[in-house]
Amino acid sequence: MFGIRFNHGRIERNLILLGVLTLITISIGGLVQVIPLFTIESTIERVGGIRPYTPLELAGRDIYVREGCYTCHSQMVRPFRDERERYGHYSLAAESMFDRPFQWGSKRTGPDLARVGGRYSDEWHVLHLRHPRELVPETVMPDYAFLDRPLNYADIRERLAAQRSLGVPYTEEMVANARADLEAQARPAEDGAAFAARYARARQMDPDGNPRAITEMDAIVAYLQMLGTLVDFSEVTPERLRQQ
Amino acid sequence: MDDHSQRAPADIDAVTGRTTTGHEWDGIRELNTPLPKWWLWTFYACIAFAAVWVVLYPALPMTGATGLLGHTARGDAERDRREQAAAIEPMLARLRAATPAQILADPDLRGFAMAGGRMAFANACAGCHGAGGQGAPGFPSLADDEWLWGGDLAAIEETIRHGIRAPDDDATRNSLMPRFVADGMLTVAQAADAAEYVLALGGRSTDGASAIRGAAVFAENCASCHGERGQGSREMGAPRLDDRVWLYGGDKAGILRTISLGRNGVMPAWESRLDAATIRMLVIYLHSLGGTEQ
Repeated sequence: MFGIRFNHGRIERNLILLGVLTLITISIGGLVQVIPLFTIESTIERVGGIRPYTPLELAGRDIYVREGCYTCHSQMVRPFRDERERYGHYSLAAESMFDRPFQWGSKRTGPDLARVGGRYSDEWHVLHLRHPRELVPETVMPDYAFLDRPLNYADIRERLAAQRSLGVPYTEEMVANARADLEAQARPAEDGAAFAARYARARQMDPDGNPRAITEMDAIVAYLQMLGTLVDFSEVTPERLRQQ
Repeated sequence: MDDHSQRAPADIDAVTGRTTTGHEWDGIRELNTPLPKWWLWTFYACIAFAAVWVVLYPALPMTGATGLLGHTARGDAERDRREQAAAIEPMLARLRAATPAQILADPDLRGFAMAGGRMAFANACAGCHGAGGQGAPGFPSLADDEWLWGGDLAAIEETIRHGIRAPDDDATRNSLMPRFVADGMLTVAQAADAAEYVLALGGRSTDGASAIRGAAVFAENCASCHGERGQGSREMGAPRLDDRVWLYGGDKAGILRTISLGRNGVMPAWESRLDAATIRMLVIYLHSLGGTEQ
């Protein structure tokens, strides 16, 4: 057909030729995955407002990962009209640029959580996490009442440092004050000026209403309440959303 | 060297009468069964299709990532949104231009607002207030004519737009139920007497002496917001205490807990999340759900 008859017998008998051709074939698959990463700089939109997680939010995020919330909840509003109607503006790459690892997920047993921040009150989240069916009778979400236990944040400074080593722009000041910032955010009665200066648009809160303890519940609600709230879409122009 | 694949497939298998590939293992030869031609050409056509597709659609990140057609999923979504908006814009424009009273008077507008409001309620409100607006402990029922902050059209719109104690809205409705016992303003015994008096306001007290002691506590600490007879105040969102509608549980333990630790429910402000027309539709829907107060 092409003049030279294809001869796999020759390839199969020549170990070096077989090895080289196998390498070429496999590397095509690898390149397809790797090459897009070279364009990551132009993939992330130039929008304002994105900041690293506060220490309390980061601790809450770790609980989110530990409990496997991503197995039922995605954090990715896709660019479809129906998703926009339900959840709001589609997710931007910039909104998960500091996620190590990201929590996009691929399965929705429950709703998408990328824009859940501020949709409910802190108290609602606490009651719902404890006993979801008291508020949403038809839900199949498990009870997370056990999150009403003290948060272990002895290593919060190291956790910020680890994120920093992965490229998240925590300053040395943020890392050094991680413990103080976590406690300041979880104790609304305390002066949070230094904390607020380091983390824009972060709110002091005590979701479980127990000022005597900083609980895992406080941390995860702090995380949930900031999801999707950092970018002010009323100030975002189509130009800024353009990738490339 | 014997090259099987180079050998002309002259061998004919005696049983089937078909040619063999010439591959032979211990006397067993493989029948030559090539792929059907229709399958093979479909396969080639797929490769050709893919080659064209890669050029037209976003597949090669180094070449602009949109392909020759300039297609993006975000662009599609934006066009979808514009088309949908254009389709309902005439109705939305009429909704925005009309006062709530005019909407109620116009059957077309009212029907549109009720349908849109029901959808918006299912998405934005049902999580707390229940699928039918029936509420839950701590989250008021919207399906009755008992309103904390007012149930006429203007009051409902104000509540939706600015929320109640919403942390990110400066114009939000605000008031504070103190933590009377936790913050040392009342002793536990005084709070228990006040709770007994609150029960008495609804005709449910079982301990007259305690209720009489509680009357004084109530007059001094509670009446400024909840009214002298517990009739409530919409200006402060202070619930009526002389009826059988209870947001946080109306038994003595529930009332005592409320007095001791305070209650300050939060509703988000929706002005920044929902557009003006959607809020207007929600107002019409909720007004119909909750007693159509004038």
